[in-house]
Amino acid sequence: MSNKKVPQKNHLVTKVKEQGKKSKIMPVVSRSGGIKSDGLDKGLLLRIYEAMLKSRILEERLIKIYRVGESFFWIGGPGEEAWGVPLGLHVKKGQGLSYDWLHLHYRCTPTLVAMGMPMIESIRMMMNRATDRSTGGRNFCNHYCFPEWNVAPVTSPIEVQYPIACGTAHAQKRIKNGGITIVSGGDAGTAEGDFASCLVWASRKGAELPMLITVQNNKWGISTSYDGQHGEQNIADRGKAFGIRTRVLDGNDPIETYRILGEEMDYIRKNKKPVLLEAHVSRLYGHSSATGANYISNERDCLIEFEHFLFKNNILKESEKQRLVNQFEEEGIAMTAQVRGEILPSADSIWDRIYVNNENADWRKF
Amino acid sequence: MANMAQAIRMALHYGEKHLNVKDIFGQDVGAPLGGVFTATQGLKTAWNAPLDERGIIGMAMGIAMAGDRCVAEIQFCDYIFNTIDLLKIAGNTYWVTNGNYNLPMVVMTPVGAGIRGSVYHSHSFDAWASRLPGWKIVMPSTPLDAYGLLLSAIDDPNPILYLAPKALMRVRGQEIIPGEMEDEKELKSRIDAPIGDRSKWKPLWPDLQDYRVPIGKGKVITEGNSITVISYGRMVLICEEIAKELKQSADVEVEVIDLRSIYPYDWTLIKNSVEKTGRVLIVNEDTEVTNFGEHLIYRITQELFYQLLARPQVLAGKNVPGIGLHPNLEDASIPQKNEIKNLILEICSEVP
Repeated sequence: MSNKKVPQKNHLVTKVKEQGKKSKIMPVVSRSGGIKSDGLDKGLLLRIYEAMLKSRILEERLIKIYRVGESFFWIGGPGEEAWGVPLGLHVKKGQGLSYDWLHLHYRCTPTLVAMGMPMIESIRMMMNRATDRSTGGRNFCNHYCFPEWNVAPVTSPIEVQYPIACGTAHAQKRIKNGGITIVSGGDAGTAEGDFASCLVWASRKGAELPMLITVQNNKWGISTSYDGQHGEQNIADRGKAFGIRTRVLDGNDPIETYRILGEEMDYIRKNKKPVLLEAHVSRLYGHSSATGANYISNERDCLIEFEHFLFKNNILKESEKQRLVNQFEEEGIAMTAQVRGEILPSADSIWDRIYVNNENADWRKF
Repeated sequence: MANMAQAIRMALHYGEKHLNVKDIFGQDVGAPLGGVFTATQGLKTAWNAPLDERGIIGMAMGIAMAGDRCVAEIQFCDYIFNTIDLLKIAGNTYWVTNGNYNLPMVVMTPVGAGIRGSVYHSHSFDAWASRLPGWKIVMPSTPLDAYGLLLSAIDDPNPILYLAPKALMRVRGQEIIPGEMEDEKELKSRIDAPIGDRSKWKPLWPDLQDYRVPIGKGKVITEGNSITVISYGRMVLICEEIAKELKQSADVEVEVIDLRSIYPYDWTLIKNSVEKTGRVLIVNEDTEVTNFGEHLIYRITQELFYQLLARPQVLAGKNVPGIGLHPNLEDASIPQKNEIKNLILEICSEVP
């Protein structure tokens, strides 16, 4: 783990910005240092922390795999753990319309780690092995796809997941006790028409869709800063024009995200209507390996902040942290070694699975 | 005897009744209009979508990903171009996910010229579509094939692009769709929405039967030994007419093949015919540079080169940016009957 300077200020307070209201500070830590009984007990906080730590160590392992030349490209989501992990913990996980659908993008490793994805799945994809369950070595890292959890395939084109997500939400809405659809993307991508499409289709009167529409605002689109590209005050404000309930939250604070995600997902389940959430997050290793994938020290680091909070409140001990770090590091190293020996996609497999049942796709053989 | 719009409508009804279609949607697809060509009138699951092609394709992909069957319409193929990357993703989803997700969805869109539709109601899409691996592309030329191909498309586990030749929507067929009534007036009174207030109207569907045209199978329309003419959609009818005329006037026997499926295509049918005739012309409306017909010609020259008696040719739309409105402009841009006929005679007169 990084030994960056621990911030002096306690960031682990919830700053809730709701429509039309100024931010207000709602301490979740009592004067005695204990956790308020709002569902975030010690066990849950440690569970969130472990998943955040594991996700960070996994992403850093992927970057190392790239650096030693065992992969071609890295792109991921270190810095989004305080948002992604609570999201994953709230998902009603399973296959079929009764469960939640996830249309994620390539910075969502924390969500899948929180849902229980083993590290090896991610490493197999990073190393393009045939054993990669999501793509069989066909696609970039962090482009997950797990049908058993309704995880739709992550794609590289920005924002296409938003209109596609409307389709699963539509199918969910017509069944009793259907799950909800969660769709996520970045701030820069909201300039695409597909984001507007999603707002239009999710909010048609009488046909509103049970969707959690999320934007992880890290203030960057590769090298282009948020400033100068947006006229709207908050991206979430765009939802207001469609009558969509919206909130802006501090995505670096896992307690705030856990609580707000819980409230909003309950609202969607109950009312079968959409919510648009904008989470402010950090981008800790830049856009991708194409921009170096080096640690950015002037961004907030949610993991360090959360550790500080847990230490201060005697929820986590340094020795326990170190045990977890060692455990996840060892797992990452062991899984990398295992994957190194796994089979590669064969050249003749390019013709496989173009059509269902491997129907012939090669015109030379029609 | 149904026209093509009625045949499509009946196939969709069969689909919602027997093949588990849950959504038929697009711009103006639901009541009261039931589609700009009336192909979706009276359907239980038809609904109007926002005027947003990307939303329509995205919605169809999501519904299919969730495991439900749907048929989405893009009102004219001229407006499908802004969805091309979604179409690409729909085509590659099964492959990229290594078989994790297939997308059983049908996208219907009217194509081609012939109705004086001007620059943005006359495009073709077959050549573009043939560059979307993972999709199957079909295009009927008769109401019966329109019915049979649509049932096959709905039941297929892959994404299917169903190109409907718009100039043929009002053309009646010569063959009965299983279950339909022969009397066109009776059929019309039962399944065509009335003019005026339609709020209380409900169709009286005939007892339609299952009928499939297998995807990937073409059909010989007229048999002949002189030349093979391969086409699909509206041009098939023109080629058939020419074949009849030439048989009488010039003793030229044209074998017209209606490909019906653009991808996968029926190579066995093409091969057997070209081996017999040694001469081949491919006719379609899309623009001529990197036209799908060029791929077929490439394969014909590679595999049947020594059986050829004349240079194989493609007659397609001129490589111009649009189809102009004035008939002089449209007719100069799209293959016309005389042009096709003359080229057939030219190929037939070529001496090896």
